[in-house]
Amino acid sequence: MASSTRRTLIWGLWLLLSAGIGLALGYRLLGGAEQTVFMPGEMSYAHHQFGVDCQACHGEAFAGGEALQAACLDCHGEQMRARDDSHPRSKFTDPRNAALLTRIEARECVTCHLEHRPEITGPMQVTLPIDFCANCHQDIATERPSHEGLGFASCADAGCHNYHDNRALYEDFLLAHLQESPVLADPRLPVATAIAPHGPALTAMAADHPPTHALSAEQFAAWAGSGHAAGGVNCRDCHGGEADLEWVAEPAPAACESCHGAQVAGWRLGRHGMRAHEELSQPLPPLAAADARLPMAPDAPGTPGCTSCHRAHDFDLVHARVEACLGCHADPHSRSYADSPHAALWQAEREGRAPPGSGVTCASCHLPVVERAGAEGEARWLAEHNQSAHLRPNEQFIRPVCLNCHGMGFTLDALADEALIERNFTGRPAGHVDSLDMVAARLRDAPTPAGGAGTP
Amino acid sequence: MMDRSLFAVALATPALLLTACGGGEPAAEGGITPKQMADALHAVMEADRTVYTRRVVNRLQNKEQVIQASEHFEDDKALPLPAQMFRFGAEMVAENEAAGFTYSLQSLWPINDQNAPRTEAEKTGLQFVADNPGENYYTTEALGGTEYFTAVYADTAVAPACVTCHNDHRDTPRSDFEIGDVMGGVVLRIPVGGS
Ligand code: HEC
Repeated sequence: MASSTRRTLIWGLWLLLSAGIGLALGYRLLGGAEQTVFMPGEMSYAHHQFGVDCQACHGEAFAGGEALQAACLDCHGEQMRARDDSHPRSKFTDPRNAALLTRIEARECVTCHLEHRPEITGPMQVTLPIDFCANCHQDIATERPSHEGLGFASCADAGCHNYHDNRALYEDFLLAHLQESPVLADPRLPVATAIAPHGPALTAMAADHPPTHALSAEQFAAWAGSGHAAGGVNCRDCHGGEADLEWVAEPAPAACESCHGAQVAGWRLGRHGMRAHEELSQPLPPLAAADARLPMAPDAPGTPGCTSCHRAHDFDLVHARVEACLGCHADPHSRSYADSPHAALWQAEREGRAPPGSGVTCASCHLPVVERAGAEGEARWLAEHNQSAHLRPNEQFIRPVCLNCHGMGFTLDALADEALIERNFTGRPAGHVDSLDMVAARLRDAPTPAGGAGTP
Repeated sequence: MMDRSLFAVALATPALLLTACGGGEPAAEGGITPKQMADALHAVMEADRTVYTRRVVNRLQNKEQVIQASEHFEDDKALPLPAQMFRFGAEMVAENEAAGFTYSLQSLWPINDQNAPRTEAEKTGLQFVADNPGENYYTTEALGGTEYFTAVYADTAVAPACVTCHNDHRDTPRSDFEIGDVMGGVVLRIPVGGS
């Protein structure tokens, strides 16, 4: 009798415990709390910022591979198209490639970019052995005898090939930039197109903040001297406070978006704003500097929004281009900027000794001014606020940034020199990339231009 | 491009429904066989390709000399080559799983190595249309666990530009094309059942 009561008790306890654990896990799984308890392995550098939000990639209730692929494309699809991806999915859906797909399932991002596998994650978040090109291009040496004997682990070496983005590396492009000097004749970066004024310029007297929200003298002076005041943007345009809009003390990026849509959209795609991306099941609080994987200054404020870099009220672009970055980033590359030749050029531009666009700031490379079609299809030049857009592989900097000022050969050599990058380009490239020499040699052997230019 | 793929899809969808149970066999009375569907799709492709070559590329590049056609059309602010135009359409159809067929432009002497034949049917078919001018090649093949009806149509050098551009191209493996030669072929596939 006693033993059977004990047994019932133990069973009851076991049931209760199981139900409790089940409930707790279920609550987490359904998004009630942080879900990291289910994480099979540490998230990659690219995605760790929203690692607490499983649904962002896995969808509701862990949908299958299709949903996962769709999630990749939600954030990366547009960019892949813009990069003229050399290996889009559409190249592999033709059944003639069925045999190739048994070697490498090239239709899915996760074939090469597995998440949660830090032990096998290499550069560019690639989780395949780096010689994967051999799966389809074994006979490359018959097409390009110069490639005889080159190891497949070296295909993606700096300055040669990328799996996705080859806009600056294809043969005819290299050919067009064969004989360039390290620094071009008029080294200047594009300057952003001025945004159309919102209204007539405003003086300090015209500030329309409600009397209940007085500004400090500094805030007042900052706004009055800003591009906003000059462009007719008044207090209430950002803070609200009209009849139906509550006054907001610290407007969110959404307030900036109505005039600076492309910039805010870019920011949400990059490292700085990805925790505010619309595809997350819920917006996450800004990343604390201590949780960043890059070395940060101990008192770094983190990146909650536009004003973190642009500052409220004065929206000073000089500050945003260098000081704002160095307020947080404390890695060797960032810390070397101040003594770099690029910084000296920026100093000269700021002091009016050199023309606009001749200085090189953090933003010049990481938030470069690029051409974008405007609402009516007209060309506009905007700062790309997705600072990851050109970061990796670093050949993505070549066309929008480096080639404005430097020759191709010098650029390839510099971007391949990791120590030089760490010194923020103080000094000369140590090594040499052969790409251009290979193109020059092939040109000697087969001088006819590709595309048969000039033929009737 | 859009027009062509839409048209092709419009053609393909009812045809597929009709052939789904018929396989490679002649369809029941009033139905469409895979061969008929393939021939119809190819007629559209060939017409569009010719229209683009004659009315766009040849006219603007050679006759009116207002714009060039170039392999790097974006960088060169030029027109895409007819073969690229064709491939972009093929890639768009390949992305559309509801389309029910796939196609590509290939050659035994390709400028772009990716356009070389890969399957046995492609190799045999391209050789057949090169050796037998005026004839098409039809077969079935199993790829990735699916049975396909595969048709190969000759692609012929119809304009001097085809010949000069290919013969002079840095990447061409063959430089003696003459007008009227078969330069390659269109390979068209329709799934006709799992294997
Ligand atoms: C201005 C140059 C040019 C002209 C004109 C031209 N082609 Fe091509 N053709 C190319 C290029 C470049 C490719 C490779 C395109 C690619 O990347 O898929 C190609 C591809 C092809 C292919 C696929 C096999 C291969 O070589 O890669 C065939 C077949 C072909 N062309 C036939 C023709 C025919 C027929 C014409 C005339 C109606 C023609 N071409 C006109 C440049 C040209």
